[in-house]
Amino acid sequence: MELYTFLRSAADSWGLLFMFLMFVGVALWAFRPGSRKTHDEIASSIFRNEDRPAGDPADPRNSQRTEA
Amino acid sequence: MWDYVKLIALGAIAVLAAIAANFARDLAYQVNAITVMLAAAITFIVVLRGAGEPKIINKNEYLDGVVRAGVIATAFWGVVGFLVGVVIASQLAWPWLNFEFLQGIGNFGRLRPLHTSAVIFAFGGNALICTAFYVVQRTCATRLWGGNLAWFVFWGWNLMIILAATSYVLGGSQGKEYAEPAWHIDIWITIVWVAFLAVYAGTVMNRKEPHIYVANWFYLSFIITIAMLHLINNMAVPISIFGSHSVQVTGGVQDAMIQWWYGHNAVGFFLTAGFLGMMYYFVPKQAERPVYSYKLSIIHFWALIFLYIWAGPHHLHYTALPEWASTLGMVFSIILWMPSWGGMINGLMTLSGAWDKLRTDPVLRMMVVAIGFYGMATFEGPMMSIKAVNSLSHYTDWTIGHVHSGALGWNGMITFGALYYLTPKLWNRAGLYSLSLVSWHFWLATIGIVLYASALWVSGIMEGLMWREVDANGFLVNAFADTVGAKYPMNVVRTIGGLLYMSGAIIMCYNLWMTVRGQEAKAPVNANNAIPAE
Repeated sequence: MELYTFLRSAADSWGLLFMFLMFVGVALWAFRPGSRKTHDEIASSIFRNEDRPAGDPADPRNSQRTEA
Repeated sequence: MWDYVKLIALGAIAVLAAIAANFARDLAYQVNAITVMLAAAITFIVVLRGAGEPKIINKNEYLDGVVRAGVIATAFWGVVGFLVGVVIASQLAWPWLNFEFLQGIGNFGRLRPLHTSAVIFAFGGNALICTAFYVVQRTCATRLWGGNLAWFVFWGWNLMIILAATSYVLGGSQGKEYAEPAWHIDIWITIVWVAFLAVYAGTVMNRKEPHIYVANWFYLSFIITIAMLHLINNMAVPISIFGSHSVQVTGGVQDAMIQWWYGHNAVGFFLTAGFLGMMYYFVPKQAERPVYSYKLSIIHFWALIFLYIWAGPHHLHYTALPEWASTLGMVFSIILWMPSWGGMINGLMTLSGAWDKLRTDPVLRMMVVAIGFYGMATFEGPMMSIKAVNSLSHYTDWTIGHVHSGALGWNGMITFGALYYLTPKLWNRAGLYSLSLVSWHFWLATIGIVLYASALWVSGIMEGLMWREVDANGFLVNAFADTVGAKYPMNVVRTIGGLLYMSGAIIMCYNLWMTVRGQEAKAPVNANNAIPAE
């Protein structure tokens, strides 16, 4: 029962606070200045490499191209 | 050398399975052991025939064979799962369909877990595995890690489905909802799942793109969380290593809480996070526009991760569960509404500026309706988790209607959309065989869901009201059998809804078949390496 009481009180105090701050931190990080360019870049990454893996750029077969 | 190790291992498995079949204490276990023996023997022959031949792994090509196999398996298990669903819906409407000669095999109680597992783990599981393999390769611009380990995941998962299905109908269930497989199947699931995680994480680590696209986050969280849930919910001690039956390590309310912590997060991570991974890849691809807000997708992801895991106790309102746990589950379920709708808005708004495509593209229409149902189901769910509402809705058909508007509407429709997207690409065809057949599928499925969900709303609320009705002296007015009788028309409508939904899926199978068989390939298959004329 000791363990239960400990976990129970940890969960609704420091545990909760820790997770809440983590979440707020993640949200703030997403909105950091200059993130827009990065995010636009990631969001459009799905339109590359549709047919084959990216590889050695010298190999013409591996040149990245946007959707054919 | 490696081939010889495999052959020895497979031979040993076949012999051990034969021994297990001989000493089996129950029929379900015996059939499982014989199935494992056959599977090991077949794999032995396949490995033997290929032994010594050089294994060619072309790093300049994606491993798409396993995705193609996954697409076929998804379509096949989908129809099987829907068919079993229609059968058990009919058994509820017309109980004489629980035939006397099928007692103990084909009655509702035995077929119901077969239906739920077939649609969730066979149809949904194959859809998740094959789209995960497709998406992770494209977004990481690298071939799947681990050589043919992906094939092991595919065949291992499908073997698990066969084992679980045969075990259920012969009475091998351990009686935990959505976690029915017996202990030996649970061990096999763990092995396959670890391989799945290895393939997925290995591919992400080998990526050629600097960032990990958000769809991969959802897929990865789905894989990791399901592993955790599966291990904890299936802590059991087998009664004998030669029998299906086992005893749970935890008991009473602890076991109930672990079960619904598992059960709700199976919904949250198997049926939500995994399928959101699909949404974040296939909707932008089909709409040919990047996702509406990448920032929102990040917040959506983390909010879902932080909140979902606490929502399980709402399955146990007004039970032996402590009041605080029940309240906690309710509160987190309600907060969960926000990220769910954030995700829905993100998916829908991806179409902003391209809404006209809905008129011409029935595949996109299917995906959009899927997102719509995601929104509706994630509104209904938090509402039903409120204790006062739950006291009316719990144990009634309303719950089943809610699950189906999520499963048929969200999971089913987004999967159909993904299958329509994938098939022409994977088999190198110019496009789908028939868009009008896609429209037929769309309307049959949508009308089917509407009939199903509305019938069960009526049925569920009626049941809830009849159960709580008391007369002037405080006595209950209705017997349980009265509610069963009153549900008959709704049960019939629900069966018809299921039938429409299944017909749509059969049309899809024909359409996908004709897309591959009825059309010429654009260029020779496996022409992925050909240099396009530029």
